[in-house]
Amino acid sequence: MVENRPIGRALTHLVLILGVTFLCFPVWMALVASTHPPEALSRAPIPLWFGGQAWENYKTILSGGLSQAGGVPVARMMLNSAVMALGITLGKIAISLLSAFAIVYFRFPFRMAFFWMIFITLMLPVEVRILPTYDVMVKLSLLNSWGGLIVPLIASATATFLFRQFFLTVPDELVEAARIDRAGPMRFFWDILLPLSRTNIAAIFIILFIYGWNQYLWPLIITTDESLYTVVMGIGRMMNAGEALPVWHLIMATAVLAMLPPVLVVLAMQRLFVKGLVESEK
Amino acid sequence: MQKRVVFRSKSLPYLLLAPQIIVTVVFFFWPAYQALESSLFIEDAFGFSREFVGFDNFRALFADDVYLASFKVTLVFGFSVTLLTMGISLALAVAADRALRGATAYRTFLIWPYAVAPAIAGVLWHFLMNPSLGIVSYWLDALFGTDWNHYVSGQQALLMVIVAASWKQISYNFLFFLAGLQSIPRSLVEAAAIDRAGPTRRFWTIVFPLLAPTTFFLLVVNLVYAFFDTFSLIDATTHGGPANATSTLVVKVYQTGFVGQDYGASAAQSVILMLIVIAMTIVQFRYIDRRVNY
Repeated sequence: MVENRPIGRALTHLVLILGVTFLCFPVWMALVASTHPPEALSRAPIPLWFGGQAWENYKTILSGGLSQAGGVPVARMMLNSAVMALGITLGKIAISLLSAFAIVYFRFPFRMAFFWMIFITLMLPVEVRILPTYDVMVKLSLLNSWGGLIVPLIASATATFLFRQFFLTVPDELVEAARIDRAGPMRFFWDILLPLSRTNIAAIFIILFIYGWNQYLWPLIITTDESLYTVVMGIGRMMNAGEALPVWHLIMATAVLAMLPPVLVVLAMQRLFVKGLVESEK
Repeated sequence: MQKRVVFRSKSLPYLLLAPQIIVTVVFFFWPAYQALESSLFIEDAFGFSREFVGFDNFRALFADDVYLASFKVTLVFGFSVTLLTMGISLALAVAADRALRGATAYRTFLIWPYAVAPAIAGVLWHFLMNPSLGIVSYWLDALFGTDWNHYVSGQQALLMVIVAASWKQISYNFLFFLAGLQSIPRSLVEAAAIDRAGPTRRFWTIVFPLLAPTTFFLLVVNLVYAFFDTFSLIDATTHGGPANATSTLVVKVYQTGFVGQDYGASAAQSVILMLIVIAMTIVQFRYIDRRVNY
């Protein structure tokens, strides 16, 4: 800031406080609503401060779920979401590291063709080709399976680009040194490239974990088996089943639980997250 | 850009690429091809027989008022979300860039909604705006006498999903605007200040033009987000209703395929959507070089 005028400074903070309020208010209300008995939420205006039933609400939802929506315990759904998110994240990182390594460190026929094949997947989000993809899943009998939930989502152009970008900045001398020491390509990959990529892997891990955890449409069409429900998609089912009923306190408790893991990841690893986000888009 | 020193191996690179390429072919190219193919056929409801109809599916779509209306809904939704998000985020980023005290704390409070799933964002706002017990609809009634009911009013439903979708996207835009602002050399701004340009003048003549690459990039990203990533938000709240008022193209392709079971029409819609995404991606990448040069 060039000038240091009190009015300008006050305005700056006012804008920021308004922004923070706007972004935090919906979650505040969700937290508040999740601590009240259903009667408190049955007519307007609903309370703006916490009630005394947090323990009961969260216990109900974690162990029993919402009976009108199939009664799948939210604890089970959280576990499923975690498995799915971690599966997608680790899968994406593994295959992207390998393909970026191949594209940067080897010369071979059709190298650029493969590069473009990976690139083009950026253009085809699941949402736009949903029915034919579902058909393929039926043909491969992957419905209602962990493989079906995870594998189709692990192709990743974004992660491949990020690692390619990074590998290009790794000094050539390292390869030369490795070759003088007679290390083969895979040895170089494990002992030199991978340790150097640690920060980048951690940064992209955050972005991909959030992507995996927040999947909605894919689990919605792939799973009909309740034991595979994930929490973000489960909340959609609760909304459909419970909208007419006075269960907002339970839906909001579930929403709070569904937000918790990705939000904690972002807050705990803020610097890496910002780095991963800004750099993976370049 | 290429490496000067590389490894030599005939088969290893293909082995390394194999997992990625297999997943891509099986789950991206095969379905995309199927969409192309079945958009040219009409299939009976039981899947026993199908008939080649050329571009009839497309012709039927463009003669369908409901489909054309969902184009309009998508455009209104997309541009509203983009404008609202970018306006708010730019203001917040400028403020955060100027704030000397508490900048980190503000940033922490502004970035976490990025981690909230669009579906959850929808659920939160649906609760706030609920006609009978939502606190925001209660305030709207108390302050302006607005009779809020998004179950009945299509416009209000659309407004609700626009606000929810923008709310979720502000963090992302804020971070990119902030990074863009921080890469503008202080000396330029100071030089202008010495020439007696006030803060407003400096913003519009120096800061804003230098932010143009970031702004353009975010414009495309936000449109892509609003067009394609908001399916879950709409499906978890309004299901495209009331009376298709919030039925965007992605909601429509899902409903035609899974609810209506109309294979050919859904495939044709997929093809149209793919063309839109491809066009937008090309636009985005044509300008990507300019983006890096700020």
